[in-house]
Formats: sequence, structure tokens, C-alpha cells
Amino acid sequence: MTDTVAARLAAHSFFAALTDDQRAALAEDGAAVTFTPGQRLFDEGGIADCFWLIEDGGIALDLRVPGRGDQIIETLGAGTVLGWSWLHPPYRWHFGAVARVATNAIEFEAPSVRRRCDADPAFGYAALRLFTPIITERLQATRLRLLDLYATAAQVRQREVQQADT
Amino acid sequence: MTGQETATATSALAEPSAAVPCFYRVASRQEDTGDTVTLELTEPDGPVPAFAPVPAFAPGQFAMLTAFGVGEVPISVSGLGDSGGGRARRLQHTLRAVGAVTRALCAVQPGGLIGVRGPFGVGWDVASAAGRDLVIVAGGIGLAPLRPVVLAALADRSRYRRIVLLVGARTPADLLYGGEFDRWRRDGVEVAVTVDQADSGWNGEVGLVTALIKPAGLAPGDSVAFICGPDIMMRVTADALAALGIPPSQIRVSLERNMRCGAAWCGHCQLGPLLVCRDGPVVGYDRAAALMRVREL
Repeated sequence: MTDTVAARLAAHSFFAALTDDQRAALAEDGAAVTFTPGQRLFDEGGIADCFWLIEDGGIALDLRVPGRGDQIIETLGAGTVLGWSWLHPPYRWHFGAVARVATNAIEFEAPSVRRRCDADPAFGYAALRLFTPIITERLQATRLRLLDLYATAAQVRQREVQQADT
Repeated sequence: MTGQETATATSALAEPSAAVPCFYRVASRQEDTGDTVTLELTEPDGPVPAFAPVPAFAPGQFAMLTAFGVGEVPISVSGLGDSGGGRARRLQHTLRAVGAVTRALCAVQPGGLIGVRGPFGVGWDVASAAGRDLVIVAGGIGLAPLRPVVLAALADRSRYRRIVLLVGARTPADLLYGGEFDRWRRDGVEVAVTVDQADSGWNGEVGLVTALIKPAGLAPGDSVAFICGPDIMMRVTADALAALGIPPSQIRVSLERNMRCGAAWCGHCQLGPLLVCRDGPVVGYDRAAALMRVREL
């Protein structure tokens, strides 16, 4: 299984910056998994002990809003990485995640990856360099969405009134 | 009226002036979203001041549309229309009611008259994508000026390799032309759609339109990209495409500035060295990138 995972990681551009040894080490903590449509991967507040490379399919990040149910805040598709709450204490998910369609992924055991990071600073630095751009990209995208770019002035005013009411 | 009679009648009419609106009649009015309407305009057949129809529009060019007694606004064409004899005999414009003039135009019912000046500006140059991948990225109402690009490419599908359309909207209810996506897909357009805010019935993607770029698997060296939407959306999208390797000269954006005369006389739409009504609205990102970052512009 590890050989298969290593081959998959080698084929994916996300892991291209790792050395062969680092990729092989990471592959030891990975396993292929499949999620069925509607299957929940984790809930907000749960222990963040995994992360995933989505190979195909799609995942929705959601947040339960009282009175409105599970609100999808972002979707992630093939070729993206799901989960970075495992990187920093308290190692808890900030959102929930659910498979929207049949999804194949490689699941990594986060505590083991963290131990490797602690034991091998070069590996840890490389891992951080992999994840930092994802965090930055999603932060920038979130900031832009906060601007509500497509809204008309009237829609912005309406939103402000709604926010004031709540 | 026969075609011959039409041609004869047209030749007897005064040539349209860039400064004077020609009358067009609203042939149909379709409400696309809660605040957006597509008007189909035709030559008037009644007793109205007679001008020949304005010259034909290319995708990306715009008209100055007049709501009589209210004002005038620049609106790009949103369809291919009918350009018989090199004249715009039938025009499509999609308008969003955001101010007094657009609200008045959106309210015009079939049979009503509006004024049209144009065509103005530089269009998309769809032919420059021949033999390449055509990448179209639209945000919000920005899909309207790009719809003629999709239609023109589909009308000559074999000239282009992949046609990739990436669409971002505020909410599912704000999506334009959603009813046409399936047909475009069947005809060979790869359509991906995302919204900023989903509702309970939405099964598509949620996120910024730039998130659609990577999954599209573009061939950067052999792609031409057309982008239209809010300025910031165009900048981040163009930067993302450039980061993939598409040369900025092969990325085009449609700039929106304060167009008044449409004919490069008044200078209201000046953007640095450009008069957007004449040198744009479609401009290569190699020229536009620096100008779009100048705070004073």
C-alpha cells in the first residue's frame, strides 16, 4: 500500500518540492481512502488527526449555523489538500467537512506526521512550506469574498441592515 | 417588408451619428435575475425619426443606451444579434438595475423605444484564440459581455481547441444565463461555476472564481484568456493565470470607466494613456495591469 501511496504522491505536483526520502516518509503515514456521497469526514470541534489529498471527487467545508443548518462555506475539488488544523494546537477542526460526491483521497495520519516534523526539522520545514501557500491562498480568497465583489450598492446596504438587525 | 424593400428603405435613411441615438424598439424583455434584464432590440418599424441602424457590433464592444428623459449608460452587447448588411438590425443587451438610468432601461417593456449609439471601443478579438485554448473567466454581470464570445466560438467550434468557461457569481440566484450552460456543455464548452454564498439547493462549487482555474488543467503556453468582472476580480484572476504561465499579452480584461461620449471626445473615461471608450474596453493585461493598480486612476 505504501508503495502505491508513494507513487501517487510522486505524481502529484503538490508534493513536488519534497525530496524522494521525504515523500517516502510521508507515504508511510498515508493510505488510500474512499468517501461516499454525503459521508461526513469530520465535524467542527473534532480532533484534527488527519489531512487528505483529494484525488478526485469533491468535499464541502461547512459550518452549522443556528436556524440555518449546515452552511457550505467552500468546496474543494480534485488536486487540493483538505485540512491544516492538525498543524497547530489545539488540533481541532474549525469547520466540518462532508463528501459531496464519491471521492477518492489519500488520508494522512497527522500525529505521526507531526512526530516526523518534530524529529526531523528539515522534514518539518518542508511540510510547512507545502501547507503555507494553501493557507495563504485560502486566506486571500476569503478576504476577497468578504468584499462581496459582485454585490450592487443596494445589496451591500441590505446586508449592512441585516447585520445591524442581528 | 421584403429584404429588398428593407435595403432600399435603409439606404434612404440618414447615416447614424456617433453623437445622436438611433431609435430601437424593445422586441423582447427577459428577466434573468432579480435585478438583471436582457433586452432584445430591433429596428423600429413605426413612425419614429429615421436613421439607418447603427453599424454591427463585435463581441466586447459597447453601446451607449438611452432611456429617454432619464439618461444614457454604456452597456456591452450580450449576444451576437443580427448584423445583416453590416448593420445592427437586432441587438441584445443585458442590464443590471443599479442606478436611475439602468432601472429605467430595465423597465422598458416590449414595444417601447430606447436610444442606441455605437458601436464603440475595442472588442475581444475572438479570432486571436483560433487554434488555441480559449479560456473565459466571468464574474457576476461580467458574463454578459463574454456571452457573445462563447456564442461566436461555438458558431465556429472547430477553429478553437478547448473552450473553458469559468463563472463566479454572488449567489445561485445571481447566476446569469444558467439555463444556457447545459447547451453550451453539449456543444463543447467546459463550464465550471462557483458562487460566493451557497443556498440549500445549490450542488455546485462554493468559493472564489480563481479556485476554478487549477482544476481546469489549462495549457498556459497555448491559451488565450478573456476576463470580465469587477476590477479586483479581474486582477486576481489575471494574476493567477499569469502565474500559471499564460503571457499577460494573451490575457485580456474588459475595463469599466466613466464612459460618456463613447467616441474619445470628452476624456471622462481616461485611464492613464488610454481612453477606455476608444482604446478599450477590452485591453491586454500587459497594458492594463500597471494601470489597474494606480490608486488615482
